[in-house]
Amino acid sequence: MPSEFPIPIPPLPLPEAVPLAWYLILSAILFSLGVAGFLFRRNIITVFMSIELMLNAVNLTFVAFSYHLKSVDGHIFSFFVMVIAAAEAAVGLAIILTVFRNRQTLEIDEVSSLKL
Amino acid sequence: MDALLFLTFATIAVACAINLVLQTHPIASALSLVGVMGSLAVLYLLLGGEFIAAVQVIVYAGAIMVLFVFVIMLLNAAAEKKTKKPALRAVVAVPLLFTFLMLVAYLIQTQVPKGPGVQFGGFSGGSPADIGRALFTTYILPFEITSVVILIAILGAVVLARKEV
Amino acid sequence: MNFYILSLVKTGLLAFVLLTFCAYLVWIERKVLAHIQLRPGPYRVGPHGLLQPLSDLIKLVTKEGLIPGNVSTGLYLFAPFLAVALALVSIVTIPFGPEFEIFGVRTWLGLTDLNIGVLFILAMSSLGVYATAIGGWASNSKYALLGGLRSSAQMISYELPLALAIVAPILIANTLSFKELAEAQSGFHFGFLPKWHIFAAPFPQIFSFLIFLVAAFAETNRVPFDLPEAETELVAGFHTEYTSTMFAAFFTAEYANIVTICCVTTLLFLGGWHPLFPSAYGSDYVPVILLLGVAGMFFFHAGQTIKTRRWDRFSFPVGGVLSLGLAGLFLIPMLQPILVPFFWFAAKTLLLIFVFIWVRGTLPRFRYDQLMRFAWTFLFPVAVVNLLITAFAVALTSK
Repeated sequence: MPSEFPIPIPPLPLPEAVPLAWYLILSAILFSLGVAGFLFRRNIITVFMSIELMLNAVNLTFVAFSYHLKSVDGHIFSFFVMVIAAAEAAVGLAIILTVFRNRQTLEIDEVSSLKL
Repeated sequence: MDALLFLTFATIAVACAINLVLQTHPIASALSLVGVMGSLAVLYLLLGGEFIAAVQVIVYAGAIMVLFVFVIMLLNAAAEKKTKKPALRAVVAVPLLFTFLMLVAYLIQTQVPKGPGVQFGGFSGGSPADIGRALFTTYILPFEITSVVILIAILGAVVLARKEV
Repeated sequence: MNFYILSLVKTGLLAFVLLTFCAYLVWIERKVLAHIQLRPGPYRVGPHGLLQPLSDLIKLVTKEGLIPGNVSTGLYLFAPFLAVALALVSIVTIPFGPEFEIFGVRTWLGLTDLNIGVLFILAMSSLGVYATAIGGWASNSKYALLGGLRSSAQMISYELPLALAIVAPILIANTLSFKELAEAQSGFHFGFLPKWHIFAAPFPQIFSFLIFLVAAFAETNRVPFDLPEAETELVAGFHTEYTSTMFAAFFTAEYANIVTICCVTTLLFLGGWHPLFPSAYGSDYVPVILLLGVAGMFFFHAGQTIKTRRWDRFSFPVGGVLSLGLAGLFLIPMLQPILVPFFWFAAKTLLLIFVFIWVRGTLPRFRYDQLMRFAWTFLFPVAVVNLLITAFAVALTSK
């Protein structure tokens, strides 16, 4: 900081540095919520978005470990994850569009037969 | 200051993720996911990943999620209908999820090596120049393969979206 | 001085100037459009309609804010807020002038200098889609929904050529910070041609400047790419159902975005605050000469006003005295290193804003399929080829 903050801040009961474990636990919580959404929701698009949430949680772990190991490799990995997620979204949404055009529904339980 | 920022944005991320799972309308879920991505971008900044934070907002929130919102609006997707099945799944699954999370948190707390902790400015190897150098030297083969993957994805999307299929 | 107090003062100043300028941009736009179409434009409120923005503001704020039935209220109220917040946030990375020292304080005109400033602007502009898409969706009206749909498709499509056009000058300047980008363009080729990126050494960036400008029209939803709010087919597009302050928020956001993108164009391609010709030839005195000319025009017309324009007998001499005062300000040696670079920056930005209005007054709107085909089959390939040539030239000439 270039100079001190003009108003004194009362000391908070918080650690000066955030433990690495906090980031990992946050990532675990987000991943579990993604799994829950994947299992419970029945709209195809929401299920798809739950997968994206899981990918995001994994990315957070990569970047956190990259800080811990002081190396750029984790960033590269999360970069690749994002690129693949973009490709996946393009194909996945095209599939969803086709499914909706053929069956007029987005409910995942109703898309159960291979043949119309 | 670091811990305060972390807790603020971690809370926002978790709240948005819970909202994603609980909302029945896909567009509300999509916007919550954008909230998760935005707060994760701030956490990446705290971890010293400027480039990844920017890419997270530009690619994830600004392109992929816009595509989702576009498709939801295009299909005019309605809210999920209430299921006739009993709520047994929720009764069993929510405590199970909590137990699992507790277990994972305990494992992480005990197993992860106690380092000096994360402080803003502690790692500055995430600048665009560093990422670029790593991408075009060490990781040049994966990088080129990704471009082929994207090309295949574009072709696939075009073929799938054609009217005759 | 304390860093925080200084930042607070600069934030307040920037917000005040930006919002006032956005309000007057509406007046400028209406006047320029009117003169293109041989009309006088706003004339009633104040001299030459100069108080029109104020009366518009009072009208919009005091109107009843209607919330139509069947809208999703939360998102409906959130969309204009998001639009104006993103538009105001993205201007904080713009430097309006170089560093200077005044009263012993070293600072510069601008709030912050990010080392990823260009990416930050891109991120904020890509998030801007949500404001229009959410606004269109939450209104629960078919016109608004169509506007939102068009907006999201158009923004995704034009973001690609925009980003590719940005990459080319960045390759030459070798930085992502706006301040360093502007500093990289100082100096002159052969002693007279400025080293702006449109005249850059290995490969002039004139093509990427044009691509960027065209994509910027689409990103800010301006004619000829204003399909999301095409009034002849979609009533008013995504903001059909908005009234009063919420409508004003969308309006402000649109104009703030125009100002931001013109500042970015100036910094990326037109050399930021660096003058058109070296100060050895007297470029420091251009603002003084210009303002003296303006004052002369004011006084000349003040002597010629007809009886019916009573206001002008008073307002023209006042305007003349004001421009003389401004010219005097530019002559004070202490203020010169601040004001002269800012003048060049503002002059280039205003010129670009004039181009935005000029195009609106001249070109008809594209059809939707033409818009998409133009982005994907013309603008995108041209941007890629331009980037490849630039990269090749930079690779050949770099040490």
